[in-house]
Amino acid sequence: MSTLAEIPPVKHKREVIDQAVIRFAGDSGDGMQITGNQFTNTAALYGNDIATFPDYPAEIRAPAGTIPGVSGFQLHFSSNEVHTPGDAIDVLIAMNPAALKVNVADLKANGILIVNSDSFTENDLRKAQVTSNALEDHSLDKFRLFPVELERLTRRSLEHLGLDAKSMDRCKNFFALGMCYWLYNRSMEPTVRWIEDKFKNKPLLIEANKLALKGGYSYCEATEAFQISYEIPPAQLTPGLYRSMSGNQALALGFVTASQKSGLTLFQGSYPITPASDILHELSQYKDFGVMTFQAEDEIAAVTSAIGAAYAGALAITTTSGPGMALKTEAMGLAVAVEIPLVICDIQRGGPSTGLPTKTEQADLLQALFGRNSEAPIPVLAASTPADCFWVAIEASRIAIKYMVPVIILSDGYLANGAEPWRIPELSDIPDFPVTFATDPIGFQPYRRDPQTLARPWAVPGTAGLEHRIGGLEKQDPTGNINYEPLNHENMVRIRAAKVAAVAQEIPNELPAGDPEGDLLIVGWGSTAGSITSALKAQRAKGRKIGHLHLRYLNPLPSNLGDIFKRYKRILVPELNMGQLLWVLRAKYLVDAVGLNKIQGRPFKQAELEQKIEEMLGL
Amino acid sequence: MGTATLPPPLTKKDFQTDQEVRWCPGCGDYAILSAVQAVFPELGIKRENFVIVSGIGCSSRFPYYMNTFGFHTIHGRAPAVATGIKAIRPELEVWVATGDGDALSIGGNHTIHMLRRNVGIKVLLFNNKIYGLTKGQYSPTSELNKKAKSTPFGSLDRPFNPVSLAIGSEATFVARSVDVFQGHLKDTLKHAAAHKGSAYVEILQNCNIFNDGAWFSLTDRDARSEHVLQLEHGKPLVFGKNRDKGIRRKPDGDFEVVQLGNGITESDLVVHDMHHPRPSYAFQLSHMEHMTDFPTPIGVFRAWGNVPRYEDVMNQQVQNVIAKRGRGDLSKLLRAGDTWEVK
Repeated sequence: MSTLAEIPPVKHKREVIDQAVIRFAGDSGDGMQITGNQFTNTAALYGNDIATFPDYPAEIRAPAGTIPGVSGFQLHFSSNEVHTPGDAIDVLIAMNPAALKVNVADLKANGILIVNSDSFTENDLRKAQVTSNALEDHSLDKFRLFPVELERLTRRSLEHLGLDAKSMDRCKNFFALGMCYWLYNRSMEPTVRWIEDKFKNKPLLIEANKLALKGGYSYCEATEAFQISYEIPPAQLTPGLYRSMSGNQALALGFVTASQKSGLTLFQGSYPITPASDILHELSQYKDFGVMTFQAEDEIAAVTSAIGAAYAGALAITTTSGPGMALKTEAMGLAVAVEIPLVICDIQRGGPSTGLPTKTEQADLLQALFGRNSEAPIPVLAASTPADCFWVAIEASRIAIKYMVPVIILSDGYLANGAEPWRIPELSDIPDFPVTFATDPIGFQPYRRDPQTLARPWAVPGTAGLEHRIGGLEKQDPTGNINYEPLNHENMVRIRAAKVAAVAQEIPNELPAGDPEGDLLIVGWGSTAGSITSALKAQRAKGRKIGHLHLRYLNPLPSNLGDIFKRYKRILVPELNMGQLLWVLRAKYLVDAVGLNKIQGRPFKQAELEQKIEEMLGL
Repeated sequence: MGTATLPPPLTKKDFQTDQEVRWCPGCGDYAILSAVQAVFPELGIKRENFVIVSGIGCSSRFPYYMNTFGFHTIHGRAPAVATGIKAIRPELEVWVATGDGDALSIGGNHTIHMLRRNVGIKVLLFNNKIYGLTKGQYSPTSELNKKAKSTPFGSLDRPFNPVSLAIGSEATFVARSVDVFQGHLKDTLKHAAAHKGSAYVEILQNCNIFNDGAWFSLTDRDARSEHVLQLEHGKPLVFGKNRDKGIRRKPDGDFEVVQLGNGITESDLVVHDMHHPRPSYAFQLSHMEHMTDFPTPIGVFRAWGNVPRYEDVMNQQVQNVIAKRGRGDLSKLLRAGDTWEVK
């Protein structure tokens, strides 16, 4: 019997290219997210710019081999700047017929298609609801097809370890990963380190996964499977120390930073919900930073416990997704009425109702802006990239404390789980924002306001002489006593609105990217930033006069927005919803802005944006 | 001498506010307010360390009338708000004022979870068996077939027994008192104040507008001793005008009412043990009022002090991690994991 080692290495051609998009697709149980994350980490460490798009089902384990069970992870890595995970893919790894069926349409013509041929039995085909075996029916002829017996080869690499068949098969994703590392000339070292850490107390599994990884690599090295391998040199990013960062991780780190910069204990009240739970997982690890995480009995207790913590003097946050936001609505109104600092994170997902728990959408904007009874304005900020979540967490905390208001952060599933290289900041570059609690009983009134911010004093329980009562009933200005008088109510409603409007003084004047004036202004918010940036670049390279404004502050809006609108002939507002920011801009500025709306649980493709831009430019 | 520098002791007046009390004349809430204002100065706690948190309902106006820190929150959520306060400031003395609708209907979830966690919060549950502030609908403690505004043909749902519910939720301190029994109420509140964990006190309270006389059989001067059994730790379960009736355990474990005399003495009766390690005894006590001819117990059903407070273990966990790992270094945290340098 010949072994891999006995096969003489074949000489391959190596080609230098500037970017590639790779997608790992398989069953939910095939470890595609881990595989994708490993490749991402390796590419990032090598110095490529990256953007990722994990796309997985809401079911933990849908029936194996079926269409609903397909889980995918897409990575765009490049020696240039990248802003999106890429429209079409160069390399697809399909672990079964269902994964092939779902994903093959996105593979470029002549793209590399690695297929686990061991999972194309009659039974596999039936589970994927395909009648014909794609490996035999020539339907894949326009691709560079590489059928690989992933299971048999993995088992052969591991046969001497004495593992059962199931455990050996669990390693086949790393065999495929090893092949991809060979294909792109990547070091296996970071993944080997990860394996050694992950299976710290299970030496047999360390050995098995390492062997599978190296098996895949050697397989390519030793066989004539690929005639060519690729080299994608590091990108020229701004100098500094980098790490790969996902949106949820960045939010967590941002809040820990805000806690230190404000000198306040961080309290998180939260209830598990996709795709926000990772923020709770992350922050619960940081007890050594004094972080208090409270997994509440429901979404309402999550926000109200945070309100209690804020009342007691903490930097309090609550993290959720759309359905949880709906449940927190009344409590947010309370936070508005009692005027205490609180940060509410909505990691948006497809809706309505339970909707698409693992898919991305931007359809909670109007809920964030208006979704409370009566006049209850709240500042709303949106993060635009995974790493931007870090900065938005700090900014939202700062505003909440400075203005004594609840602040909503909008992120989404795409930012939450997607990753990009993050240049790690120097802590000394982030300003402190220390808090002054009220302590002086002389002249103390709970609703006496700071003239610049209209913030009321933060008077925490335990402070002698400041005993006072607050609550959701209308307050008398400035005593805080219950008051039902008509004019007092109107006055208080206007004060609360003026206070939120005053946050506009925190917003630097907006400056559009691209052309400062011209034929078209694209106005976006949130996670569409990358797609819009890419589309803008491509279109401007063709000589088109286009600007791009990406709004971080959605309430209040930047003061100079109206002036900017006047400098362009037309305005395009692309959103992953039915046109919510569009609605706001049309109402507030009376501009004839046009929407591009996609509600498919997926981000925009660059091509979709470019097509709309050209249509609007009459091309 | 040194005593000259001590602040004068607090009095009941120190806990009264300048706000006009807006409960209906004759409401049982006045009696409860008065008892609390009388008890607070005796607890040896600084006034600024008291926080009263409430939800929505007549009882939840309570904080406005107490000259302490007060937070009138939203319907049913007071226990969750109070939990957040205690997490951050465990040393504060946090009391929740709530009602049967607030705590057991809309806020039922928070009530049971606060109790199972044993957060160090004192809960005053004003039970008048009716929705008062919304003008007279039946509540989750209203008796079956209650004819009220929303149930002209009678209510269809069986009521909660608030004491049973609390015991079933693993509450470590459960008591019951009555608005008009001022002495008993104050004693019960002091017991509750002394308890370290969650202390849950059901206060039978009369709504003289929408459910007048709901507790008449217990409060009527002539009838009360026949219908009320006052629980005293270490004492047999005796009641009756002439203290001639008692509760005896049957061979099958159930309770029975027995007439003392004819060879039956107090030594045959169940002796109250509020520190009983298992909740089943207190639960059985709480349920006997539903049986014909049985009295309604008041007093402390259960006081189980061996469970740590939630806010303490929560803060302790933070301290333990700090002791083990050292205080977190943010700069290191930001640089954690795999990093790479771009030159």
